[in-house]
Amino acid sequence: MEEVISKMPQGVEIIRDMPQEFLLFGVSAALVLIAGFYCLIMTYNLIRALIGLEILTKSVTLFIILAGHATGRTGLAQALAITLIVIEVVVIAVAVGIVLCVYKHIKSIDARLLRNIRG
Amino acid sequence: MNMNIYIILAIGFVIAAVWTVMTTRLLRSVIGLAITSVILTIIMFQLQSPLAAVFELSVCAGLISAIFISSIGLTQRLTDEQLAVRKKERLSKFWLLPVILVLAGVALYHLQIPLVFNLQPAQAENDVRNIIWNLRHLDLLGQIVILLAGAFGVVVLFKEQ
Repeated sequence: MEEVISKMPQGVEIIRDMPQEFLLFGVSAALVLIAGFYCLIMTYNLIRALIGLEILTKSVTLFIILAGHATGRTGLAQALAITLIVIEVVVIAVAVGIVLCVYKHIKSIDARLLRNIRG
Repeated sequence: MNMNIYIILAIGFVIAAVWTVMTTRLLRSVIGLAITSVILTIIMFQLQSPLAAVFELSVCAGLISAIFISSIGLTQRLTDEQLAVRKKERLSKFWLLPVILVLAGVALYHLQIPLVFNLQPAQAENDVRNIIWNLRHLDLLGQIVILLAGAFGVVVLFKEQ
């Protein structure tokens, strides 16, 4: 890490003594990210997979807001978070629509039963 | 005082997310997701991002929960025997998650990664309205396009043959 810092150009701000709240929320966001990935990997239920995706985006939202607060650019971070939330809603709405269509066809929302998709 | 609130919020955020992932009933999972969203909203208020926090509360805790609950209502309910089998299955799959999280939490907290930012915070523009409407107006265009695409997608998915 010290090598990276020594190669940085002049005028770069380096925060060595990170405020305690950044560390706290950063670690909690990382843990929620792990929980979301674990849910996505382990589950076969399509609705639960979408819930895992939601948890992932919550963690990313917290990371963006935290980065904005750390750099003093909360306005830009909020603009990005709002964009992320809008995209998240659209993705979830379309994905739930696809899940319901799958349920209509095979009467199940188990991903293991989706191996015979034709046409 | 403030630090205590931060600690409670951070722990509550992780616990709500883990409960969402680990609970057997889908409906409880959705309620856990809404609780996670509410805690995230409070964290965002604490980090001086009120506008995004309001968006998070109204859209993620409200609208997405409603979408999930209505879709779960359209699918079939599990019987008690099926639920008992699922519970055992989930326990065997998900017992590792709390262990991984505790280990990762301790490791990350003690790693103390230094942050490196190539920014000059003093000149930063912080009025979110100005940023959305003047600096990042192309984002708004993208949002409108993606909303229309989503609406079109849902219409195509549910159209009668």
